[in-house]
Amino acid sequence: MNEQDSHPTGSSEVTPTGEFGSGAVRLDQGHVVGDGGIPERFQNPGFAPHIHRGADIDHAAAKRAERTVGGLFLLSILGTLGFIVAYFAIDPEATIFVPGIGQNKALHIALGVTMALSLLGIGFGAVQWAKTLMPDEEEVEMRHTMRSGPEARADFVSILDDGAESSHLKRRPLLKYTLGGALGLFAVPVVLPVLGGLGPMPGDDLSVSYWNGPKEEDGTYANTPLRLMRDPQNTPIKASDVTIGSVFHVMPDGLLDLEEHLLEAKAKAAVLLMRLDPDIITSQKEKDWGYEGIVAYSKICTHVGCPVGLYEQQTHHLLCPCHQSTFDVTQDCKVIFGPAKRPLPQLPITVDDEGYLISKGPFKEAVGPSFWERGSV
Amino acid sequence: MSTEIFPAGRPADRLRDGDRPEPQQPSNAARKVGGVAGWIDDRTGAAKGVNYLLRKVFPDHWSFMLGEIAMYSLIICLLSGALLTLWFVPSAGHIVYDGSYVPLRGQGMSEAYASTLDISFDIRGGLLVRQIHHWAALMFIVGLTVHMFRVFFTGAFRKPREINWVIGTVLALLAIIEGFAGYSLPDDLLSGTGLRAMEGFVQTAPVIGSYLAYGIFGGPFPGEAIIPRLFSAHVLLIPALLVGLFTAHIVLVAVQKHTQFPGPGRTNDNVVGYRVMPVYAAKAGGFFFIVFGIIAAISALVTINPIWAYGPYDPSPVTAGSQPDWYMGFADGALRLLPGWLEFHILGFTLSLNIALGALVLLPLVYTVLGVYPFVEKWVTGDTREHHLLDRPRNNPTRTGIGMAGIVAYSVFMFAAGNDIMAIKLGLSINDITWFLRIGLFVLPPLAFWVTKRICLSLQRRDRDLALHARESGRIIRGADGSFHERHDALTERERWILVQHEPVAPLELMPSVDENGVARPATRKERLRAKLSHFYFKDAVNPVTPAELAAAHHDGHRAEAIEAAQTPFDYEGVEGSHEGHRGDGHGADTDAGLESDVDARGVGSSSPIRE
Repeated sequence: MNEQDSHPTGSSEVTPTGEFGSGAVRLDQGHVVGDGGIPERFQNPGFAPHIHRGADIDHAAAKRAERTVGGLFLLSILGTLGFIVAYFAIDPEATIFVPGIGQNKALHIALGVTMALSLLGIGFGAVQWAKTLMPDEEEVEMRHTMRSGPEARADFVSILDDGAESSHLKRRPLLKYTLGGALGLFAVPVVLPVLGGLGPMPGDDLSVSYWNGPKEEDGTYANTPLRLMRDPQNTPIKASDVTIGSVFHVMPDGLLDLEEHLLEAKAKAAVLLMRLDPDIITSQKEKDWGYEGIVAYSKICTHVGCPVGLYEQQTHHLLCPCHQSTFDVTQDCKVIFGPAKRPLPQLPITVDDEGYLISKGPFKEAVGPSFWERGSV
Repeated sequence: MSTEIFPAGRPADRLRDGDRPEPQQPSNAARKVGGVAGWIDDRTGAAKGVNYLLRKVFPDHWSFMLGEIAMYSLIICLLSGALLTLWFVPSAGHIVYDGSYVPLRGQGMSEAYASTLDISFDIRGGLLVRQIHHWAALMFIVGLTVHMFRVFFTGAFRKPREINWVIGTVLALLAIIEGFAGYSLPDDLLSGTGLRAMEGFVQTAPVIGSYLAYGIFGGPFPGEAIIPRLFSAHVLLIPALLVGLFTAHIVLVAVQKHTQFPGPGRTNDNVVGYRVMPVYAAKAGGFFFIVFGIIAAISALVTINPIWAYGPYDPSPVTAGSQPDWYMGFADGALRLLPGWLEFHILGFTLSLNIALGALVLLPLVYTVLGVYPFVEKWVTGDTREHHLLDRPRNNPTRTGIGMAGIVAYSVFMFAAGNDIMAIKLGLSINDITWFLRIGLFVLPPLAFWVTKRICLSLQRRDRDLALHARESGRIIRGADGSFHERHDALTERERWILVQHEPVAPLELMPSVDENGVARPATRKERLRAKLSHFYFKDAVNPVTPAELAAAHHDGHRAEAIEAAQTPFDYEGVEGSHEGHRGDGHGADTDAGLESDVDARGVGSSSPIRE
C-alpha cells in the first residue's frame, strides 16, 4: 500500500518517505505508483437513472414543443421572404440610423438581418427539436484499441518483405540506388522553372532610388541633382516657403509623372522635408547636408519599411505608426525608442539658382528595411 | 436501456398508447428515397458505411462545440469566398475608378481595389458577402484557437490522438497564413502597409533575404505580381491544404471516436452519447445554421475592414494605428517589443535579428512547440496507454499551468501589438507600456504558471475534502451527551465519482544506483533528466480519495455518527436499478509491455456492475 495518509483532515499528498529508492518506479513503467500494488480505487457507479422530459410524458408539453419548433421554422421562412423583398425593394443608396451603430446602408442591414433570421430560425428550430422531442437517452458504443491485431501487423511486415523480395529489390542493389537517385532528382525539373521564374535578381536595386537618376549603360548612375517636389501636388519647393516647424511630403522631380513603376519608385524615394532652428540640430553632418535648418530624410522606416508618417513638431520626433520606432530629427534621425536600429538616411540638399530646393546627390545608403548585403553595395 | 415506458422506442409513441399499431407501410416519398438510395447502393455498396456513420455515437459537452464553430466558419468562408471570386479581379493593373462611391471617383487605383469597391457598393448584397467572409475568417481562427485550448487543457491530445493534434497545429498555422493572404488582397492602404512590412520581414532573412523578397514580389516592392500570387495561394493552394487536412482531422475523430469527460458510466472503453441519426444530425446541422446566422447578424450590424475609408495603396502615406487582424497581432507585437540592438553589422553584412526573430522565427517556433508538446509529455510520464477519458484541467496542474503560461506569453505579444492604441485610450506613455510588456514577457508567464498550478491544487484539495466529508449542511445536532456537531449532507456515489475517478500519480524516481547484487547501475543522463521532469510534473500531486481513506474518515471519532446517519459509506455497488449485466466487455485499452505488470491499465469499468 502506498503511503497515502489516512487521517481525514491532514495533508493528503503522496509524500515520498523512507530511504532513497524505496518508492522507486522503473522508468519504463509509467507514472503509476509501482511499489507492488496500486491504491484501492473507487468503482464506476454506472449511469444515473434516466429522468424523462416534459415532452416525453406530457402530451401538452410535446405539443408545445412541436409548436415552438414549427414557429422557429416559420420565422426562418419569413426571414427568407423578407430577404427577397429587401433585395428588390430597398434603394441601395438609402441609409438608415441604427442606435448604437450609427448611419449605415439600409439595404446591407436589411439583407443581413433577414438572412440571419432565416438561418437562425432553422438552427434554433432544429436544436430545439433535438432537445425536446428526439430521444434523450444516452447510448453506449464500445471502443476498441486502435492498433491492429498481431497477425495483421505481422502480415503487413511480411507483405512488404515479400514485395521487396519478389521485386528483386534486395538482390539487385543497382535498381535500388538508381531508383532512389531518379526519385530524388525528379522534382528538380518541376521546381527549377518556378524558382528561376519567380523574379529578377535584386542586384543593387535595393540600394538605389529615383534620387540616383537613370542607370547608365555601364551600370553607374547619373546622380544629377533633382528638384524636391511636393507630393502629391508635384510642384517645386522654394526654400523660403519652408517655415520653421513645417513638414513637406516630397518626391523627386519627374517621379510623379512616371507612367510605369510609379509605386516601386515611390516606395524607395519618399522623403520628408522639415525645417528646424539650426541651433537645436546637434549633428554637424545633418547641418551640412541640410540648408539653413531645412533637412530632408527618407520617409521609409529602417525597421520594416512603413512610411514614418507622424512628425511631432514640438519634440522634433518622427514616429513610425507601424511599430512605434521613434527618430529624433535634431540628432540626425537617430533611433531614440522602438525596434528600429539605424537612423533614417538623410538626403543632402541645397538650393538652385531660382531658390528651389534640389538634391545634392542621392541617399548615401540603402533606404528602408535591413538586408544582409546592404552594407556591401 | 430502460424501455418499459416507451415500448416503441420513440418518446412520442407513448402518447399513442392503446392505438392499434398499423402495419408499417412505407410512404410514397420514402419509397422514392429508398429507390434512389437503392440505385446508388447497387453501384457503390455504400449502405453499410453510411449506416455505420449514421448510427455513430457522439458524446455531448458544450466545449465540444468549439471545434464545430471552427469547422462551420471554415465552410462559411469557403461558400462566401466562392461567391467573392465571381466579382473580385486579382490584378494590380492600374485603372481609374468610376464606380458609385463618390469620394474616390477619378482616383487611380489597382483593379483589385476597384473591384473590391464594386463588391461593396455596386453589387446588391455584395458588401454582406464580403463582411460575412471576413467575420467568418475571424470566427474560424477564434474557434480553432479556443478548440485548441480545450484539447490541450483536457489532455485530449494524448495517445492515440497525437497525429490529430499535429494536424490541428498545422491547420492553425495555415489558417493564419490564409487569413493574411486574404486581407492583403483588396490592395487598400492598410493591407498594402501590411504587405510592405511583410516584405521588410522577408528582406531580413540572413544571406538570402533580398533574393527571397524579389522572388516573392517578382521584383521590387510592391510590383504587380504579388496580388495574383496571393490570390492563387488564397483561393487554391492553402484552401486545398486546409480542406485536405481538415478532412483528415474529421476522419480521425470518427475513426478514433470522440473523447468524453469522466462521469458515472463513462469509461475509457466506451463512448456515451447520442447517435448521429437523428440527434446529432439535428443538433450539429442546426448548429451550423446558428453559427452562420450569428455571423450574418454581426456582418449586417458591425462593419469590418471598410476598405473604402482607407483608400488605395500607396507606399508613401500611412494611417496612424495601423493594425493587422487579431491573429497576426502576436507576431506584430513581438516586432514592437524586440529592441533595436539586436541588429548586428558583421564584416560589412547586416544581421537584423530585431526583425527576423519576431517575423521569421517566432511563428514557426510557436507552432513547433505546440506540435511537439504531446510527445514531450508522453516521454516525461512514460505513459503509453490510450486515453479516451478527458482530464479535468485541475487534475493535471502542471499541464494546466504550462498552458496558461503559454496563453499569457501569447497575450503579452498580442497586447504589444496594440501598444499605440492602449497609450491613446488609457492616456499612458507608449514607452512605459512597451517596457512593461518587455519585462512582462519574462515575468508574467512563470507567474501565470505558478498561480494556475496553485489554483488547480487548491481545487483538487477541495475535491478531496468534499469527497471525504461531504457538504456542511449548516444544521447543528446536539448529542445525548450534550455535545454539538454539524450534520454533513451525503454525496451520492455518482456525485463522488466525479471527484475520485482520476488516477493517482507520483513522480518517476531513479532506480537505486546500486542494484540488489551490489553492482553499480548508474542512471544515464537521459534518465536523470526524465526523472527530474517527472518530478516537476508530479512532485506535489494531490491524489484522489481512496475507499480506505473514506472509510477512515467515517470512522474517525468526531461527528462520526452524524455522517454515518447520512449515508452508508461502502454501498457503491449501485444503489438503484438492477445489475443485469456488464456494460464494459472487459476489453482493455492498449497496454504496452512494462505497464501490465502492476497496473490495472484498463482503468475502470470492466469489473464494475453497471446498470444496463
